[in-house]
Amino acid sequence: MRPDRPWAAPLLSLAILAALLLVWHALTRPEAGQAAVDPAYAALVGQAAAAGGQTPVPGPLDVARQMWLHLQDPFYDRGPNDKGVGVQLAYSLARVLSGYLLAALVAVPLGFLIGMSRTVYRALDPFIQVLKPISPLAWMPLALYTIRDAGVSAVFVIFICSVWPMLINTAFGVASVRQDWLNVARTLEVPRLRTALQVVLPAAAPTIMTGMRISIGIAWLVIVAAEMLIGGTGIGYFVWNEWNNLSIANIICAILLIGLVGMLLDAILARLARLVSYRE
Amino acid sequence: MNRPFVQVQGLAKRYPGRDGRPGPAVFEDVDFGIERGEFVCVIGHSGCGKTTILNILAGIDQASAGVAIMDGREIAGPSLERGVVFQAHALLPWLTALQNVEFGVRSRWPGHSRAQVREHSVRYLDMVGLGRALDKRPAELSGGMKQRVGIARAFAIQPKMLLLDEPFGALDALTRGTIQDELRQIVGATGQTVFMITHDVDEAILLADRVLLMSTGPGARIAETVAIGLARDRSRGSLHHEPGYYDIRNHLVDFLVQRAGHTQETPA
Repeated sequence: MRPDRPWAAPLLSLAILAALLLVWHALTRPEAGQAAVDPAYAALVGQAAAAGGQTPVPGPLDVARQMWLHLQDPFYDRGPNDKGVGVQLAYSLARVLSGYLLAALVAVPLGFLIGMSRTVYRALDPFIQVLKPISPLAWMPLALYTIRDAGVSAVFVIFICSVWPMLINTAFGVASVRQDWLNVARTLEVPRLRTALQVVLPAAAPTIMTGMRISIGIAWLVIVAAEMLIGGTGIGYFVWNEWNNLSIANIICAILLIGLVGMLLDAILARLARLVSYRE
Repeated sequence: MNRPFVQVQGLAKRYPGRDGRPGPAVFEDVDFGIERGEFVCVIGHSGCGKTTILNILAGIDQASAGVAIMDGREIAGPSLERGVVFQAHALLPWLTALQNVEFGVRSRWPGHSRAQVREHSVRYLDMVGLGRALDKRPAELSGGMKQRVGIARAFAIQPKMLLLDEPFGALDALTRGTIQDELRQIVGATGQTVFMITHDVDEAILLADRVLLMSTGPGARIAETVAIGLARDRSRGSLHHEPGYYDIRNHLVDFLVQRAGHTQETPA
């Protein structure tokens, strides 16, 4: 790519977006000439159903209109099945962040121990290898049965899915700290705790942050599915509820918002990762 | 009895073989002493265990047999009494030059105030000519400057002995020469006891009072000790005019080329 055209890539992005919207618009245009039905029957079951057609997939303009409505008042709360998308996203974010932070509190110190000692590493490795590939949603029934609280169960599911990448990356980062740096600390008679905090932690920090970034991504993926299961609140429940309402435009709005929030979370973690990175 | 400051007796290192039993010795029966204020260089081919000997003196590696005694006490672990300059500088890349030096100084004098630690560290960075690069991180420093920070870090803890593991091996010839001269001046001024590994014959002649020649492993030993009886104020510029310089140099090169190898290893 030529560096003298910094606007080329954004321009191309806009062109692709415009093309996609056009194709979408063309494919979802309502067909002209609907079959005539008895107006009384139509009034009873709705025009589309009476014509034997399906609920039409909304076009970009419908979705934009719907999105505009959502964004105008994202935080309204009119009963259990009618909350603004902002409220739903806030519920989801609260669950993700509490599960994620709990996971970090457990995974980083435990990963540190595992990374420092080959014995601990070998002792815990079989557990990690078995537990890691389990889909977090498989824990859901067990969590619901033992915890008996849907909200806490969702937090637990987030915890269990974000703990592994952080644990494994922390252990790996700690175990692969350069021997030279540890020797420096040893020859300077730096106490063990200070070595852990001032040599091992900063040396492993970029690897730990990579694990945290993977974890937040997975947590945000999992929360939607978890909330579809537990119901009640959250953006995942919102999607499911709108599916039951057959409001495809609302579903598409939610999908877009989920993507944007996920991107935002990743960007924040990327920014934090830059703070702790170092060049050798 | 007049014992030397550092005494190494019967030192040997064996790594366990594949069957778990101790394998052949990398080096064995290594004996030497270092007087207080003496500069001793070790020359030998790669793999003869020079770095292992230095690591044993530093206390970060253990000998399979033999002892190393410094100032009447056996070396059993790392200590602030011995400063180490590592082969690959080993600076902590997330700290600035000043912070790297302070890291050791704070450990040496835990009671010092922040200002005292800083003042002390700055003094030693000034000494190696880095007074203006205090806040640079290692990645922003050239190879020579990084090694200078490493030297400042080792000197700043004011150790009884300085251990240098091929400190200039990775530097270009010009930089190496400059830092060699600086090191010579600093060591001369402070009367530091130094044990240094090198494979550069000229570096050894310039810096050392005495050169230990190691034969090639396995089963490496100190084959010979050569006293460098040249003027103490020699410098790189005057070195090759010193009487006797070429005799010493030829002797060392001859050893490395012809005699360092083991008899079993010389081709028939």
